[in-house]
Amino acid sequence: MTEENGAPGGQGEEPTRRDFIYIAAGGAAAVGGGLVAWPFIDQMNPAADTLALGSIRFDTAQVEEGASVTVMWRGGPVFVRRRTEAEIAEAREAGLNSLPDDLARNDNLATSAPAVDANRVLRPEILIVKGNCTHLGCVPLGPGSNTGDYDGWYCPCHGSHYDTSGRIRRGPAPENLPVPDYYFEGGEESTIVKIGLSPEEAASSGWQETDASGAVA
Amino acid sequence: MSGPSTYKPSTGIEKWLDSRLPIIRLGYDSFVDFPTPRNLNYWWTFGGILAVFLMIQIISGIVLAMHYVAHEDYAFESVQRITRDVPFGWLIQSMHANGASFFFVAVYLHMFRGLYYGSYKAPREILWILGVVIYLLMMATAFMGYVLPWGQMSYWGAMVITNLIGALPFIGDAIREWLWGGFSVGQATLNRFFSLHYLLPFVIAGVVGLHIWALHVPGNGNPAGLEIKDPKKDALPFHPYYTVKDGFAIIVYLMVFATFVFYMPGVLGHADNYIEANPLSTPAHIVPEWYFLPFYAILRAVTFDIGPIDAKLGGVLAMFGAIAILFVLPWLDTSKVRSMRYRPLTRWFFIFFVIAALGLGWCGAKNPDDPVPLLGFKFVYLAQFLTLYYFAYFVVILPLLGIIEKPKDRPASIEASVLGNDKS
Repeated sequence: MTEENGAPGGQGEEPTRRDFIYIAAGGAAAVGGGLVAWPFIDQMNPAADTLALGSIRFDTAQVEEGASVTVMWRGGPVFVRRRTEAEIAEAREAGLNSLPDDLARNDNLATSAPAVDANRVLRPEILIVKGNCTHLGCVPLGPGSNTGDYDGWYCPCHGSHYDTSGRIRRGPAPENLPVPDYYFEGGEESTIVKIGLSPEEAASSGWQETDASGAVA
Repeated sequence: MSGPSTYKPSTGIEKWLDSRLPIIRLGYDSFVDFPTPRNLNYWWTFGGILAVFLMIQIISGIVLAMHYVAHEDYAFESVQRITRDVPFGWLIQSMHANGASFFFVAVYLHMFRGLYYGSYKAPREILWILGVVIYLLMMATAFMGYVLPWGQMSYWGAMVITNLIGALPFIGDAIREWLWGGFSVGQATLNRFFSLHYLLPFVIAGVVGLHIWALHVPGNGNPAGLEIKDPKKDALPFHPYYTVKDGFAIIVYLMVFATFVFYMPGVLGHADNYIEANPLSTPAHIVPEWYFLPFYAILRAVTFDIGPIDAKLGGVLAMFGAIAILFVLPWLDTSKVRSMRYRPLTRWFFIFFVIAALGLGWCGAKNPDDPVPLLGFKFVYLAQFLTLYYFAYFVVILPLLGIIEKPKDRPASIEASVLGNDKS
């Protein structure tokens, strides 16, 4: 129609040089806008020094049987609990179908690992879980104050009950207390645990995924 | 009512300025000779009160920022220092903290005014929507401001609210970490909240400008719900009639405000916020500031899964939905009659709506598992019932009543409604 000055043609006509420039300029502006926006969005993510503070070392020998110690890791609490024989047995008895969340939530294992107790601990007596309720982040109460109806932890904020494996059993929390990356430094006899190392490093030191029956996969 | 301008520049400098930047003309047409319905009651004074409180918060906040330290190790101490050591710090801090509450009291009354008198109806939908935007910005600003003193309630309030984001499927955890700038609420979170808490009030001021612009196109609504037909009979100039009326209301409101600032500066706060933030210990009962309690109750009222949506996400959706529904309110209310003065059925449902909103606030302050006095059942059940009514009011009651209700006779004009020679 107005090909003389290269204006967009009418319906069914060949795209003009101006159509091309229009789309190319618009596309470049969109990509450029995204490239400018990204650094301003990404700057809010955890900074390098925050990421670098990611791991701690803790001696589990100082935790008495039946007690739980809260340690600070990555700005929040981690529970290190030495379970009694009865508590271990209680955790192992619970069937997968009685768990609201049947995934292990263990950073050392595949995300599909089932929530059997063997997938929650490296050594049966030592349970290590992050200490923020998976509902809204409160710190649940544990041994010494209130362990809830399943003898693990009880969150006073909205009444979530966790069992002796740190798995949610009743209440509004949707997920089990997550197990952070960790491994025992220096082999079988060591009581020193390193929390916050990658699954690859942890995997080389004992984690083996089990199926729902608890057998090693 | 943006009719032809009546401004007459009188002095030479006014004439010179008027042909270059007609800013005096804008002010004159907006706040001096603006034709305003002659029947506005005191419920219409809260707009002016809100403007005053926005200024109080901005000015006192800028001063506080000169002394506040946004660091997890010093923030709590720096607020204590402001109230003890900084000259008049006690006064300015108290004005700012209590000012937030009085800002919300005024905004809630302003919103209930709008709900009762149908202020959201055509042609004022955009005006209403801009108001809801301001309200959302106020909530974000107030939430981040409450985190800054870095007490136990500051910290755990921030923890609970940011964890709500984690309820979003798939991307929730990543967004939460992005908001925190770490793996928990911490230094990075505090610092960015301070930055945004300083920014957002100016964004609010900008949207307030749009809100007033959108108000001045159709002009004020009024208790009769009628439009100005004859400005000579139905309207009065904004100045002096409404500058004086608004001014009187502002002074009375400021007197109540001063009573709180001077005589009970801490009564609206929470004792636990005088304990410094401790990431390893949660207070027994985390409660938000009073102005968030109804929404907190709605959040906690969803204790059951809804199809594929688990209870946690359901609660979050209900809470945000309770505010989001206000955006579409102009299209949910099917009645052409604006004022509930002439809607004999709807006004009762409105009164129950106000009671439900207050009741939700009560539920939000209580432990959900405790029994309701006199009624005996748990607070969570009361909250569920009231939440149901809250949503039913918008999606069932207002759409239906607009069709089935027979409104009362309305006066012929604003003038008739004031001078009492109307038939209703």
